[in-house]
Amino acid sequence: MRTGLAVSLVLFGMLFSTRPAGASDAPLIAAASSMQFALREIAQSFKQETGIELRITLGASGKLFRQIENNAPFELFISADDRLAQDLAASQHARLPRVILARGRLAVFAAGGSPLQPDSRLNGLADALAKGQISKFAIANPAHAPYGRRAREALQSAGLWARLQDKLVMGENVAQAAQFAISGAAQGGMVAHSLLVTDKTSDRGRYALLPESWHQPILHSMVLLENSDDTTMAFFQYLRSPRAQQILSRFGYAPAL
Amino acid sequence: MDWSAFNLSLQLALYTVLLLLPLAVLTARWLVTLPPRRKAIIEALLTIPLILPPTVMGFFLLVSMNDAHAIGRIWRSLFDESLVFSFEGLLVASIIVNIPFAVQPALRAFEGIGNDMREAAATCGMSQWRSFRRIEFPLAWPGILTGAVLSFAHTLGEFGVVLMVGGNIPGETRTISIAIYDQVQSFDNASAALMSGVLLAISVLAISITFLLTRKTLIRIRA
Repeated sequence: MRTGLAVSLVLFGMLFSTRPAGASDAPLIAAASSMQFALREIAQSFKQETGIELRITLGASGKLFRQIENNAPFELFISADDRLAQDLAASQHARLPRVILARGRLAVFAAGGSPLQPDSRLNGLADALAKGQISKFAIANPAHAPYGRRAREALQSAGLWARLQDKLVMGENVAQAAQFAISGAAQGGMVAHSLLVTDKTSDRGRYALLPESWHQPILHSMVLLENSDDTTMAFFQYLRSPRAQQILSRFGYAPAL
Repeated sequence: MDWSAFNLSLQLALYTVLLLLPLAVLTARWLVTLPPRRKAIIEALLTIPLILPPTVMGFFLLVSMNDAHAIGRIWRSLFDESLVFSFEGLLVASIIVNIPFAVQPALRAFEGIGNDMREAAATCGMSQWRSFRRIEFPLAWPGILTGAVLSFAHTLGEFGVVLMVGGNIPGETRTISIAIYDQVQSFDNASAALMSGVLLAISVLAISITFLLTRKTLIRIRA
């Protein structure tokens, strides 16, 4: 019985220990997963300048949008799809009109050992398909991931969408699609450029940017939400600062036109 | 290594077990006394969370805990905050999802005791409560403990339901399995592997300790 008592004491001790660090009022940002590396760096630079820590939740923009609609406690939404940001800005969940942050680029990626040669006209993809060298090709799920929709449009423009139908594997968001392609599990994939310009991925394969005329523009927008306070407002402003814009451009984002 | 996610998962698992276990024991003890047909129906209903995919459970919970529906509305009127996407909401979901894991082993244990034991206790003049406390509960303890461990381990590993009702909020609903998922998606395989390793070690440790304790209890009961 003594062991039982000791175990219960330990359990109770753990229960009444403090709630995990971070369950604080640090601004809670919901961001498109394609932004993860750029946003982390901007958050770091923001912290250096202001001492304010941020909490970041990543996911497909469409999924985050649904969560905000269902009263998730996010304070700032950074979407990879401007239309979602506009819809949200028109709802009671937003405090201010949306602001366009940057324009993202779509890239075709192939891991080191893959037979696929990425090029900007997708000729390499057509070749590899013709030779039967592609068994799996990764895109983000077009149902709720903006990069997935743009990937579908680009593949339709290239006339490859129908031929890829039985080869497609869909990531829940574009970061998962990238993970499929980078790990080599899929012979290639359509991913966000911003995910490929980090030291974690630069030596894992080759990629090429696709012509922007092949798909709708990938506009990243942000909306300040009803739960936000002055701290979140400060970060919202910081994202528009030259310093943040400079980081975004280093991750392959173009200024919004 | 995301210690806050780790801490959060442990707390979620502990709260789940502490809140669920007394209810599960009482439910199991009550079920034994029911006529077989009614017992079968109620037992089947209580097993639903085990049969449905976590995404379906998560979806039901997401909808029913939303502010637009009864449970969410009552919660908001009581605490003035949303139940979904909060630690408390996650805890409610976790308790519901773990019902079969806690009730089933306890129920089997109470069934194993048999009516003659209860009748013998009554013959000796023991009240029902006293018989439960001094005879049935100690005899059923290994089963109850198994239920506790299963619920604990299952909560640590739960992914689908957490993803649906939690919303991956750091320090609030980002449990260890979600944090591992996040790290894989940021191509950080080293961190994901480390956290998976720690999770594995903790789970094996927790379960070994329990099995050890169960054995000790069994030996004591036989003695």
